[in-house]
Amino acid sequence: MRVPNWLEIERRPKPSAWVVLGISVGAIVAALIVAGVFFQAFGVSPFKAYGDILRGALGSKLGITETIRRMIPLLLIGVGLTVAFRALFWNIGAEGQLLVGAIAASGIALYSGLPGWMLLPTMFLTGFLAGGLWGVVPGLWKAKLGINDVITTLMLNYVAVFMVEWLVHSPWKGPTMRGFAYTDPFVPAATLQTIAGTRIHWFTLVFGVLAAVLLYIMVKRTRVGFEVRVVGENPHAARFSGISQVKITVLAMLISGGLAGVAGVGEVAGIHHMLLSPNHISMGYGYTAIIVAWLARRNPLAVILTAFLFGVIMRGGDVIKVSVGLPFQMVDVFNGLILFFLIGSEIFIRYRIRIRRKAAV
Amino acid sequence: MTWDSWIIATISRTLAYGTPLLLATLGEIYAERSGVLNLGVEGMMILGALSGFSTAYATGNPWLGILVAGAVGGAFSLIHAFASVTLRANQVVSGLALTMLGLGLSGVLGRRWEGWPLMTPLREISVPLLEKIPVVGPAFFKDQNLLVYIAVLLAIVMWFVLYRTRIGISIRSVGEDPATADSLGVNVAVVRYLCVFVGGVLAGVAGGYLSVAYRPSWTDGMTAGMGWVVIALTIFAFWNPLLGLFGSFFFAMLFYLSFSLQGVLSPELLRMMPYILAIVVLVAVSRGTLQKRMGAPSALTIPYTRGED
Repeated sequence: MRVPNWLEIERRPKPSAWVVLGISVGAIVAALIVAGVFFQAFGVSPFKAYGDILRGALGSKLGITETIRRMIPLLLIGVGLTVAFRALFWNIGAEGQLLVGAIAASGIALYSGLPGWMLLPTMFLTGFLAGGLWGVVPGLWKAKLGINDVITTLMLNYVAVFMVEWLVHSPWKGPTMRGFAYTDPFVPAATLQTIAGTRIHWFTLVFGVLAAVLLYIMVKRTRVGFEVRVVGENPHAARFSGISQVKITVLAMLISGGLAGVAGVGEVAGIHHMLLSPNHISMGYGYTAIIVAWLARRNPLAVILTAFLFGVIMRGGDVIKVSVGLPFQMVDVFNGLILFFLIGSEIFIRYRIRIRRKAAV
Repeated sequence: MTWDSWIIATISRTLAYGTPLLLATLGEIYAERSGVLNLGVEGMMILGALSGFSTAYATGNPWLGILVAGAVGGAFSLIHAFASVTLRANQVVSGLALTMLGLGLSGVLGRRWEGWPLMTPLREISVPLLEKIPVVGPAFFKDQNLLVYIAVLLAIVMWFVLYRTRIGISIRSVGEDPATADSLGVNVAVVRYLCVFVGGVLAGVAGGYLSVAYRPSWTDGMTAGMGWVVIALTIFAFWNPLLGLFGSFFFAMLFYLSFSLQGVLSPELLRMMPYILAIVVLVAVSRGTLQKRMGAPSALTIPYTRGED
């Protein structure tokens, strides 16, 4: 790259946490400014829009609880993705992993015939395993056959989408649902308790926070976590030091896919109490969680914060739909902009750019 | 329905539905051949669809709509080119961002036209003489859009350019081994920008075809995941425009059959097929000589930096 001589570009050896935080916040602010211009173009004052979003997402009990409800799947998936991304596995398939988790849980809830007290534990276990399987298989494809992970995980999303569509339209269609493409509702023993008067299925939230803490300890303090990092950062070194790439990839994808599967269990057992059309189950949580993990710089603990932030944004979509009459897709505009500014700003993390003083020339 | 009319309908609808798939796939093949994966196809298509519709609606001129659709798709793709070529950002993330942005913008900007039909769609044409041939005539040459034939022609031209011209050699070498291409005097960045742009224009035209010709109307999310089928098709076609031609119409036939065979086979399972086939192809060519001859461009998703790192 040719650089004008009044600019000085040098590599940052190891950016400090403050630099990373500052640049991340800067990227979000830049995205908000561009989206603000967009609001203005629609004749909506950006100050009013952002004020409404903040009030609607954080200013009332309902707002906060709905924000947290959105945050739960983002947290679970985002935490798992940090591990996959650390092993440099591009898991774009969380959406599908969430859906197969939902399928597994629904199958157990509706057709297993298990006694009531065993239903929920079995649903979580099978949901985790189903999501994990949906992640481990492309993991093996990559580790053993060298097949591009982005493409396979992406394609498997659509396989899962149509699997859900097929189930709710044909074999699992609920006889009591009068023509709607839903399964029958779950028995109460297969539904998750929520905090009174909210839609927060607290067990899943606690599970997500615990996962964030445990995985943080794992990646920072244990041998396995170290191996995950080596496989991601330097595959050659990994091979020479006898770290099994297959083992690490399988482990990372089991965790990543499994947690996405658990998010799917939470959505059907905690919110919908049935299996239904895929875009009602998920609203793109699997894709949004990619931004959540990216913004957290692959740090599982930081995901608690970034998942909350995107919970606010998703809730904000509901709010502005009502308050200024702009459609929910504003959320996608936000997400896209934030993602662009984030990856665009990374060059500032890797390099220090200064304006050279005349005297120095 | 008699057998021959069933065959005629299947072929005719397959051509109509396969055309947007083909257009966008040809574009993605060029982008990926130059080493840039663009997962933003869905976003570029939907913006093409919206801008094509609104232009044709405002001016009454469907061809102008198609033109604007291509221009908007191309302009939009430059964001991805800037991020992945100039900023050397992660192509996967940038492409996903492009799709999110495109879907979001089209949803917000298109709301005022939601559900509106287009009164001045692109007219269907019939090829004189050829349409009179029994079965073949009505199947291939009657009441089709001119864009169908343009797309087929384009596939042949783009194959020729890629494999038989100097430009094609430049594109392929930039995607396989950019350092060598650079040392031979090929401007890696320019080639990649152009290929991503071509991909954007064709995805935009594909979207415009949907809203101006195939189903002359605007509905939010009318591309319905087609952009992801295109990503699958690009692999299925081994990054070869002629195989892309075959693949697009093959997938389109599956899609048509998923509707016409309802009751025999469930449509959801048939619509799953493109994605499964793409995976099968990837697994099948992952080993041995096929990988070398037909696999992905070696430098796909890898940013190029001259003499650094």
